[in-house]
Amino acid sequence: MIRRIPPAGWAGAALVAALCLFPFAMAMITGQPVGEGAPKFWQGMLIQVFILAVYAMSYDLLMGYTGILSFGHALFFGTGSYVLGIMLKHAGWPLWQATLMIVVVAVAQSLIVGVLSLRVSGVYLTMVTLAFAQMFFILAEATDFREWTGAEDGLQGIPIPAWLSPTDQRLRFYFVALGFALIMYLLARRVVNSPTGAVMVAIRENEPRARMLGYNTFVYKLIAITISGVMAALAGGMNAIWNLNANTAMLGVGTTINALLMTIIGGAGSLVGPMLGAGVLQLLGYWLNAAFGPRWPLIFGVVYILIVLFFPYGLVGTWRLRGGSLLSLWRRRFGEARQAATDARR
Amino acid sequence: MGGCAAHTQDKKYYGGTLSEVIIQAVGLTRHFGGLRAVDGVDIAVAAGSFHAIIGPNGAGKTTLFNLLSGFMKPTSGQVLLRGRDITRLPLHRIAHLGVGRSFQITNVFPSLSVLENVRLAAQAQGRDSLKIWAHAAAFRRYEERARHALGLVGLAARAADVAATLPHGDKRRLELAILLAADSELLLLDEPTAGMATEQVPLLLEVLRGIRRDTGKTILLVEHNMGVVMSLSDMITVMHQGRVLAEGDPAAIAANPAVQSAYLGEAYRHAP
Repeated sequence: MIRRIPPAGWAGAALVAALCLFPFAMAMITGQPVGEGAPKFWQGMLIQVFILAVYAMSYDLLMGYTGILSFGHALFFGTGSYVLGIMLKHAGWPLWQATLMIVVVAVAQSLIVGVLSLRVSGVYLTMVTLAFAQMFFILAEATDFREWTGAEDGLQGIPIPAWLSPTDQRLRFYFVALGFALIMYLLARRVVNSPTGAVMVAIRENEPRARMLGYNTFVYKLIAITISGVMAALAGGMNAIWNLNANTAMLGVGTTINALLMTIIGGAGSLVGPMLGAGVLQLLGYWLNAAFGPRWPLIFGVVYILIVLFFPYGLVGTWRLRGGSLLSLWRRRFGEARQAATDARR
Repeated sequence: MGGCAAHTQDKKYYGGTLSEVIIQAVGLTRHFGGLRAVDGVDIAVAAGSFHAIIGPNGAGKTTLFNLLSGFMKPTSGQVLLRGRDITRLPLHRIAHLGVGRSFQITNVFPSLSVLENVRLAAQAQGRDSLKIWAHAAAFRRYEERARHALGLVGLAARAADVAATLPHGDKRRLELAILLAADSELLLLDEPTAGMATEQVPLLLEVLRGIRRDTGKTILLVEHNMGVVMSLSDMITVMHQGRVLAEGDPAAIAANPAVQSAYLGEAYRHAP
């Protein structure tokens, strides 16, 4: 029996194919070799998008699907990069063992954070998660562990195996990062389409009702936070390999806010939305920086406000509304405002 | 203590036969600060019966429901389900023991489809919810049960609609479908006709009648619509100021002078 592939599936396959061809297309267009110059630079740009995409998607599992607003997501991302760095640099472990260690640490960390923070909900949960992340941020900055973490300088010079060198083997790294994002996406999609994922959505929609139906919602929230934590930590590990360092900023509030921005720009609860959001944040950031210099976040703020106004469910979330309902949504939103302005003038 | 309220007993006489008690409250009490919302209530509901709780606003009916369904823990007293003490069990455990509950204020999953609302209830009763590698749609039996329940309440045609977009009356019926799909033995219905347009009430009445006739489920409901209460109930418990004022079949309750003065009033005495 042939399984029918929906249009979105074809679009996804086409996008992956386009991303596979991208380095070579760039080389042809610019006339430069694929491993140098502009092709190499743009591969690097997309590598960062892929890593951020996985991080944003992990946040979406928590916020978009389960309805848990965490302000401590950087905790997992940052810890992932530090674990990888410490294991490679100080313990001298091979890469696969260090990766395994990231998973082990992330599971332990998510369970602890989950058990302690999921006792409360709403704003309180948000604050507890923030406190956890800040705790590790301070720990990473502490001079007591300088030998291991590099304190405020960060963990520099992580020895990456030569075959995966982000500078010398850029093209290979590009495909590894693309594969990483693809695999993580397929795993996440599997989770959200599962019976467990259905319960997560039910919790987001109406947690007391879900409990009343017989779901032990605590268990499902713990599962969500653990999967999300492991995914974010692996993205953090990948980021450490790419940058050859781990630094305190990865554990900072800014990193959490980035997850939130990417998820909202792309559309919470859609997986692909936050991945797209990662692309928008990264590429728009680059172009705005080129055009406006270091003050670019000011312009970005304006763009962000426009996106939230015109695409209230994020780019992907709003796109999924039928065209007509998008128009009526704008009409409702801006028609009323215009009407109110006219009334005020009278 | 009020009227002929049942005390600790595991059989209850109704409709000419002895029937097993499915849920029982013993000295159930809940204080809110100085207010005794529910004050030493004893009530026993016979399995398979249609039992209504009536009483003026503030009589403690919804609080009693919250206590019976585990939504709220009592200050003192016990809740027994088939003789088993469930007073301190967490909510989801009580739900698994066969207690389903609807709410006075519509309580569904608003942005999910009507079908998914009901399918989640069916899934909750199975043992597949932690199968994180499987596809939810692969478990056909839950969807079938959901569609069956939607058929029973007459919402089959709206399965694909988003729950939030349903008119109020349909949302109330969706709640019933959720309970039916959960296959709870005991349905606690908190004012199923609340806020419903008058012309929709007979439809709901028909659904309730059908549930009672075809499924053998026990229904305990709080209701203000006397037409619904009098035409369907085997047993009526009247609450007043947190206590049981009287208990009996519809004819006995309608004829009870204490009940008339506290609640039913003059109007009902002349009704058929």
